Amino acid sequence: MTEKSFWKRVTGSGLLLPVMSLLLVMAVNIVFDILSGNNPFNFFMITLQQTTSNGSVLYGRIIDVLNRGSEAAILAIGMTLVVSSSAGTDISVGSVMSLCASFCCMLLAGYGVSSTNELAVPLVVGVLGGILMGSVCGAFNGTLVAYFRIQPMVATLILYSAARAVGLLLCNDLIVYVRNSSYAFFGSFLGPVPTPIVITAVCVAVITILLKKSALGMYIQSVGINAKASRISGLNSRRIMFLTYVLCGTFAGIAGIVASSRITSADSNNIGLYLEMDAILAVALGGNSLGGGRFNLAGSIIGAYTIQAITTTLYALGVSTTQAPVFKAIIVILIVAVQSEPVRAYMKKRRLARAAREGGAV
Amino acid sequence: MRKSVFGACVTVSMIAGLAVGAMTASADELINVGFAQVGHESDWRTASTKSCQDVFSEANGYNLSFVDCDNDEAAQKEAVRSFIEQEVDYIIIDPIIATGWDTVLTECEEAGIPVIVIDRTIDDSDKYVSWVGSNFKTEGLAAGEWLKAYAEKKGIEEINALVISGSTGASAQIGRSDGFAEVAEANGWNILDEQTGDFTEAGGQEVMESYCKSYEGKFNVVVCQNDNEAFGAMTAMDNAGVSYGPNGDVILISFDACTAGLEDVKAEKITADFECNPLAAPFVEEVIQQLEAGEEPEKEVYMVEHWYGLEDAIVDFEIDGEAQEMTVVTDEVIEAQY
Repeated sequence: MTEKSFWKRVTGSGLLLPVMSLLLVMAVNIVFDILSGNNPFNFFMITLQQTTSNGSVLYGRIIDVLNRGSEAAILAIGMTLVVSSSAGTDISVGSVMSLCASFCCMLLAGYGVSSTNELAVPLVVGVLGGILMGSVCGAFNGTLVAYFRIQPMVATLILYSAARAVGLLLCNDLIVYVRNSSYAFFGSFLGPVPTPIVITAVCVAVITILLKKSALGMYIQSVGINAKASRISGLNSRRIMFLTYVLCGTFAGIAGIVASSRITSADSNNIGLYLEMDAILAVALGGNSLGGGRFNLAGSIIGAYTIQAITTTLYALGVSTTQAPVFKAIIVILIVAVQSEPVRAYMKKRRLARAAREGGAV
Repeated sequence: MRKSVFGACVTVSMIAGLAVGAMTASADELINVGFAQVGHESDWRTASTKSCQDVFSEANGYNLSFVDCDNDEAAQKEAVRSFIEQEVDYIIIDPIIATGWDTVLTECEEAGIPVIVIDRTIDDSDKYVSWVGSNFKTEGLAAGEWLKAYAEKKGIEEINALVISGSTGASAQIGRSDGFAEVAEANGWNILDEQTGDFTEAGGQEVMESYCKSYEGKFNVVVCQNDNEAFGAMTAMDNAGVSYGPNGDVILISFDACTAGLEDVKAEKITADFECNPLAAPFVEEVIQQLEAGEEPEKEVYMVEHWYGLEDAIVDFEIDGEAQEMTVVTDEVIEAQY
């Protein structure tokens, strides 16, 4: 009985399909491992691995998925809110990541320095500066969308093309290396756990508390469903929409710091490249409508990890990475098709028909 | 009358002055060179630009018009056209893309301006005098032949290599992969896997992270097709507890040999690093001097490149019967590198 109610809760929350997709992607590995004569659960094994410089750490493909998927997951949080409130996407997040990473590394290394082992300013200043830069970018986007009523895609297109270039300018057109172990922390390990996983968990926790403990989550959804009605009922629609863009930019800043810390450098050309697409896809895979309104944050985050699971699986299968996008596309088409309205309606009809048949038999 | 004599004197002296002026001008006339550079996306590119600015300086008798095309292929063709209008003596192009050049190069030919192509190639036209660049296949062959000699020296019998390649389809990736694979095949080595890291540190890290799990304990050589990928691969191997470098279990081979790469050779992390020389300008100047002297330069000019390692990694090897010399990495060598 309790099991059934749990089942109902899962199906009711709209998480069933995203979770199923994720599990299905990972199940491919079980088949592969059986076929190649390995332990069937090779992909899911988590062991403690002795490292050269970080003591023993958690080790395994699942850890890789969680670790490498961090940036997309963090971006997906902000993207979900933006999509919900404004029925549009923020396509600048990847470029903003790069800008924040460049700004942070520029602060840490000093302008014009291309490689350093010593920090020019305290670590906290650099990192907070980078994240703050994200908030500023978010505020810029938010102002254009909420107050100037520019379509989100057009408004964020500005920073999409400009932010990366500004980052290059800050770095004096060079890759700035901050070869300092304290900066590497955000991309390496906190005890045995990869720090990006911890950072993602903290971001999710903070935003969940914020959405649940305050009415913010409801406000965002109501603005997304009908901004005018929300305003008439006393909500400051524009401010709420603005706020979601600031949050999205801030999360992009955090993701940028993580990506940059992994390589202890600001590779302006490559950090966050195409990641805005992954973030948008994550929102879609999570069963969210890109038309705004109701949102499911957990779904988006699962979506982000699903995308990473596809990549990690393809690595594990040894599929040439040049062909990987093709397989990725096929899998994404399947997942999106299964979640689409007509397929869902068809499934529901079949379910009802079956229930009616069974009901008739009894 | 007096007036006209005076006038004649002035005229004569002016003409004389002009003639003298013209003669002195032609004596130290500068050679005008136009250079349409790709952009400024990497340390390598910056070094290439600086090399040109250093070599084609006024002190050396040149007047350089430099255009940074910011990776915009249309802007690059416009830059070349503006060089034609300026009537420069020579045009240097590092083509952003390999195709669509025939019209512009025909215009150069009609204007009688010789074009020298550097680094990247032009596929759909041969209306240029020379191409100056790296032979990526030689770099790949060098890595392979070096590994063969090094393995013999160390008594390593079986080679199981993992390759982290560059951006698929880039000429550097194709050449380096082909060269290394050729030697691997000739010696019966195992290339366990080859995946692309897109010439980036993050890419190298992610691919190596996966390799460490897929081929745990099965590989003893990692080939990264540029230094940035090698930096990423090192982090991934650190995190998987795999030891690498001259004293480790895994031989780490890298390409490019930028300053940061050579520092890692010095720090006993990268076993050997194979240079991709960005300093094309001295070779271009040689071509220009040949043209000035009325000689015909070679159609393809390959730059001299260096192979780097620490003392222990220095071995004798040959490419196509040609003995190669290796450079020991010291602080001075790192200081002098781009």
